[in-house]
Amino acid sequence: MANGKVALRLRGLRKAYGDVVAVDGVDLDASAGECFALLGPNGAGKTTTIEICEGLLAADAGTVEVLGLTWETDARRLRQRLGVQLQETQLADKLTVEETLRLFRSFYERGPAVADVVAMVQLEEKTGAQVRHLSGGQKQRLAIACALVGDPDLLFLDEPTTGLDPQARRQMWELIEQFKRDGRTIILTTHYMDEAERLSDHVAIMDHGKVISLGTPRELIASIGADHVVEFATGGAALDVTVFEALKGVRRARADTGGFQLQVTELHLAVPALLDELDGRGIELTELRTHSATLEDVFVTLTGRHLRED
Amino acid sequence: MKIETGRRAFVDHPLVQLTLVRFREFRREPEAVFWVFIFPILLAAGLGIAFRNRPAEVVRVGAESAQLASALRMEKTLAPEVVSREAGERGLRTGRIVLLALAGPQGGVVYRYDDTNPDGRAARLLAERAILRAAGVHDPAPESDSLVREPGSRYIDFLIPGLVGMNLMGSGMWGMGFTIVDARRRNLLKRLVATPMSRAQYLLSFLLSRLTLLFVEVAVLVGFGVAVFGTPLRGSLWELAALCVLSAFCFSALGLLTASRVRTIEAASGLMNAVMLPMWIASGVFFSAERFPAVVQPFIQALPLTAVANVLRANMIEGAGLAQVRGEVAIITAWLVVCFFVALRLFRWR
Repeated sequence: MANGKVALRLRGLRKAYGDVVAVDGVDLDASAGECFALLGPNGAGKTTTIEICEGLLAADAGTVEVLGLTWETDARRLRQRLGVQLQETQLADKLTVEETLRLFRSFYERGPAVADVVAMVQLEEKTGAQVRHLSGGQKQRLAIACALVGDPDLLFLDEPTTGLDPQARRQMWELIEQFKRDGRTIILTTHYMDEAERLSDHVAIMDHGKVISLGTPRELIASIGADHVVEFATGGAALDVTVFEALKGVRRARADTGGFQLQVTELHLAVPALLDELDGRGIELTELRTHSATLEDVFVTLTGRHLRED
Repeated sequence: MKIETGRRAFVDHPLVQLTLVRFREFRREPEAVFWVFIFPILLAAGLGIAFRNRPAEVVRVGAESAQLASALRMEKTLAPEVVSREAGERGLRTGRIVLLALAGPQGGVVYRYDDTNPDGRAARLLAERAILRAAGVHDPAPESDSLVREPGSRYIDFLIPGLVGMNLMGSGMWGMGFTIVDARRRNLLKRLVATPMSRAQYLLSFLLSRLTLLFVEVAVLVGFGVAVFGTPLRGSLWELAALCVLSAFCFSALGLLTASRVRTIEAASGLMNAVMLPMWIASGVFFSAERFPAVVQPFIQALPLTAVANVLRANMIEGAGLAQVRGEVAIITAWLVVCFFVALRLFRWR
């Protein structure tokens, strides 16, 4: 599929459950062949948005165009061309991996052989195992395999690594990177900033049903105007953050749980200045960390909150 | 990666795959196999033994003298023994004998027995007849016995068709309801409707698997009744099969309706039991529904299980044809159609 073609177009999308507005006027464009991530905390409206795109929910207002088709007129054709992995689907426990995939394969007019899909998600050794005997990561790879049996033009992955251990997450990332190399279009939701940063070409940051920022991961990080973040803690001394904002090389400062966070343009100037400042006030430093700015810092800058409040 | 297109094997048709899934899930659920196949047989065997028709027992009585004992022996069903008066009184108290015959004044006989005990009263009548016969008095009119013990009129014959009906209800409702609610709870229904799967084929796969399992479960239970208790099969077997299919689909539709919106297994279990309990009690599986007061009869007769138990009994025991049970068939069909269409309206796929 040629790049540059629009795979998904949302305009003015709205969906409310009673008084709660889950999606509040979302506009998005995802190009064919790219990986597009919806990044946001739980309850931001990512799943509602993606389920409207998958034709599982009807929007209250707005238009959805998927692969140039709409759900109102082309539902049957669309279903044949989409691959879907839902958040928290438990496949039938008593069926084997092969039986599950064969069932899903039977719904599609065209697609790879079941054995090829099994190989793609590296479940060859579990082909004959019942789903209830699979690990969390294996179950999730099977769920992805079920989305691949129709050789989809567009793949929707809703929080594909939530609940997985670090090793299983990394395996899943490698799998998704393989799909990208195969030229598939992927729409991904996640509340892990490292996942969005690593996998996606474009990221839409969502909060309270709205897209609050949109761009490539690099553009988004650049938008906060600081390449580095310095986090530090003092022995509980009460301090005014404006003191730190005045320091050389510091762009923004904020109090964070248990300490302070500085967004910094020049690390080599800011850190000595900070140490001098604390030393001059006789304040003891108990922790000091620095990292390159991430999408998490973008979210924090935009909302004042973390992606995951835990 | 090679992409397959075009025609494929019959076994890879979605309807075939969906139906195969139904069988696999059933087969791998040991509890389901137990409740559908084993439980009804255990129930039939247990009740059959408890209510079996015993051969008429001999009644043990005591006689004070050898002469009285031999007179009593004129009646085949009396087993007299010669006992002293004291031993006889003790036998009466302990229930070892139910009647004691004593020599009375003027060559008469005195019967000592408890007239609140049916066996005692029976023994009194039998003893009197024996003594009269011994005295040379003959029956004023010739009498003979015709015993009601043939297959078709025993309790077990009443029970087996009722159990078949109850089993059709249980497996129809659970088979449909449990699987659907479980799939909904797992978000599996939602996942399936995100594929190009035909929703009609999904529901049809339940009916196809019921159709197959139904023949096995009915054959097992009826076969057991025929082999062990000699339950009669007087009606047409084709009509019996047709009635079972109709009944099974009726209960599947009822199960579909019950499961159409529920999201948890607990709620589904409660709802299923609430629907089935009145029928277990009132529909005449274990005892005739006609024992309930006349006021509630219209309701009881309108219950699907009542109609099913009645048509199965009419076919198996009375050998009735379809025309004779068209009222019940109409009731079953009405339940099937109404439940199915209401269920489709209410059904929640997510």
